[in-house]
Amino acid sequence: MAVTTTLSYSEAAVRALQQEMDADPRVVVLGEDVGRGGIFGQYKGLQQQYGAGRVIDTPISEAAIMGAGVGMALAGLRPVVEMRVVDFALCGMDELVNQAAKNRFMFGGQGRVPLVARMPGGIWDASAAQHSQSLEAWFAHLPGVVVVSPSTPQDNHGLLRAALQCGDPVVYIEHKTLWGLRGEVDDTLVVPLGQAARVREGNALTLVSWSKQMQPCAAACDALAAEGIAVDLIDLRTLWPWDRETVLSSCARTGRLLVVHEAVQAAGFGAEIAASAAEATGCRVARLGAPRIPVGYAPLLEAQSRVGVDAIVAAAKKLAG
Amino acid sequence: MESHRSLSAGEALYRVMVRIRAFENAAETASQGGVSAYGQQAGGAAKVRGPLHLSTGQEAVPAGVCAHLRTSDYLTSTHRGHGHTLAKGADLTRMMCELFGKATGFNGGKGGSMHIADFSVGMLGANGVVAAGLPIAVGAAHAQKLLKQGDDITVCFFGDGAINRGPFLEALNWARVYDLPVLFVCEDNRWSATTASGPMTAGDGASARAASMDIAATQVDGNDVFAVHDTAARLVAEVRSGAGPRLLHALTYRVKGHVSVDLAAYRDPAELAAALETDPIARARGHLLDTGVAAAALDAIENAARDEVDTALAVADAAPWPEASAAFTDVQTTGAGQWL
Repeated sequence: MAVTTTLSYSEAAVRALQQEMDADPRVVVLGEDVGRGGIFGQYKGLQQQYGAGRVIDTPISEAAIMGAGVGMALAGLRPVVEMRVVDFALCGMDELVNQAAKNRFMFGGQGRVPLVARMPGGIWDASAAQHSQSLEAWFAHLPGVVVVSPSTPQDNHGLLRAALQCGDPVVYIEHKTLWGLRGEVDDTLVVPLGQAARVREGNALTLVSWSKQMQPCAAACDALAAEGIAVDLIDLRTLWPWDRETVLSSCARTGRLLVVHEAVQAAGFGAEIAASAAEATGCRVARLGAPRIPVGYAPLLEAQSRVGVDAIVAAAKKLAG
Repeated sequence: MESHRSLSAGEALYRVMVRIRAFENAAETASQGGVSAYGQQAGGAAKVRGPLHLSTGQEAVPAGVCAHLRTSDYLTSTHRGHGHTLAKGADLTRMMCELFGKATGFNGGKGGSMHIADFSVGMLGANGVVAAGLPIAVGAAHAQKLLKQGDDITVCFFGDGAINRGPFLEALNWARVYDLPVLFVCEDNRWSATTASGPMTAGDGASARAASMDIAATQVDGNDVFAVHDTAARLVAEVRSGAGPRLLHALTYRVKGHVSVDLAAYRDPAELAAALETDPIARARGHLLDTGVAAAALDAIENAARDEVDTALAVADAAPWPEASAAFTDVQTTGAGQWL
C-alpha cells in the first residue's frame, strides 16, 4: 500500500538506501564521512543500522574509493560509492572512465560493475570554482554508464532505488543545494531509469531541463502562462539513456524546443538534445546554459553562471515568437 | 592437458615458466609488422595487432606466486599480463584466440592482449592503465572479507613504474587500514615504459614504501623461481591466516622493450647482457638438472609447450571473427540499443 510521507531530498535518499540494503545484503556504502551520515545527511543513521562493515568510512582517497568500488562489484557486491561532490570525483576519473565503464565490455561480459557513484553537482552557494561544477555532459559522453540527476525528493528516492537495481554503473548526480527540499514521497515507487517526467503541459513550446534548474524553469513557465504562452515542461531525470520518445513527441507537437541547464552551455548536454530534436522533428531549437567561465565566489561573479528566470522567459519568447 | 600434480613441484614451476615463454614468443612473432610508435615500420598483416607487452625474463614471478593460489582466489594484473593469466590457470588456446581478436577468445575479441582476463579462474583482468589494478584488488579483497569467503585472498601484480602513481599509495593505505587479505606483488623489472625507473623513483622503491605503511614487505630475487615460490608460500599463508596485507618485491628484468615492436635501443646493451645471464628459465633448468631431474623430462616439458602453442596458433588462426553486432553488446543493459 502506498505510504506517502513528507521527506527532504536527502531523507528520501536515506529511505531508498534502507530499502535496498534491507532487500539485498550485497548493497554496501563506501566513502568519506558516510558513518557520520554524509556531509549532507544523505546517509544519516545507516551505519548505526547496518554496521561499519556495510557503511564503510574511508580515507580521503577518491581513486581508491572508486577503484575499490569496481573491485567490490566485480567480486559480487553492489557498492554505493560516495564522492562528496562531483568536483572531487575527478580524482577517481580513471577508475570510473577506464575501469567501471569499460570492464564489462573489454572483458567480453565476464564481469559486471553494478555500482552507483553518487557525486553531488551544481552551483553550491559561495563555494567557488572547485565546488560548484555541473559535469553531467562529461559522463553522458561515456559509453557504459547510466547518468541520473533527480530534481525532487520523490525522484531521488525512486531513481536511487532503480539505480541500485539496474546492474550497470550509474553516475548519480544529486544537486548540492537540493538536500533540504521537502516533498511528498511514496516509498513504494521505483522510478524507471530513462523515463522523463512531464511536469506541465502546453502547446506553445517544449522546455527540457533537469535537477535544480527545474525550479527557475517552473517559475518561468508561470510567468509565460500569465502571458498566454503554455509550455510543455519536461524534467529529463535520466540523462543517459534519455527519454527520446517523450521529448521528441513533444517537440513534434510544439515545433519548438528550448533546453535549459545549469552547466556551461558550450558542449553541454543541451546540445545533444537540441540536435537530436532538430534531426528527428525539424523543430526550431535553442539552448540556454551558463557561459564558459569557472563559477566565481563573490555574489555578482557567481550570478554570471546562473541561468535565471528572466533569461529563460526571454529565450522562450524569442523562440515562440 | 596434463595436470600439474603429475609433476614434481620443481618441474611444475618449470612447466609454467616454459609455457609462458612459448606463448609470448609465439605471440611476438605473430605481432611482427604491427604498427608502432617506437620506430618499427608497419609491415605485413600481423595476426596479433596493437600493443603487445611481453614479460619475457619475468616468468619466475607469476609461476612462483600463483603456485600457491586457488581458482577461488582473485588476481588483478597489469598491461604485461599474459604470464599472470596463464599461471592462474587460464586456457592457453583461448588466450591466443583473444590475442588474435577472435570470437572464441576469453573476451570475445573485445579486449585483446592488454585486457586479457579469465574470470572463471579468478583472474579479474589485465589493465591498460599503470597502477589501476591496485584499487580494484583492494576492493575485491574487501569484498572477500565482507562476504566471509573462507580464507580466499586477492593477489595484485604491478610493476615498479606503478609505485609512483597515487592509486598505489591509496591502495596500500586502504589495505592496511582495513587489514585486507591481499598480497601485493611488485614485479620490479627496472623499466617504466621506455624510461629507467631508478632515476624516476625517490627512495628505496616498493618495499620501502610498503614498510612506511606498516605493511611487511619482503624482497626476493625475482629470477629465482624457487626463491619466489618459497617466499610467496610464507606470504600467502600469512595473508590467508588473516594477518593483513603483505608485499612481495620481486627484482627481475624486462628483457624485451616496452611493447613487442620496441627494440629498446635506448638501453645499454651491457645491462641486457648481464640480465640474460640470470634468465629464470635457464637457471631453473640448471637447478633441476643439478637435483637429478633428467634432461629428457625437461625437454619433454619444453616440447609439449611448443606443441601446445603451435596448436593454439592454428586454432586461433582458424577461429571466427566476432560479428560486427558484438560491438554493441556488453556495453550496458540500461538503455541498450540507444546508441545515438
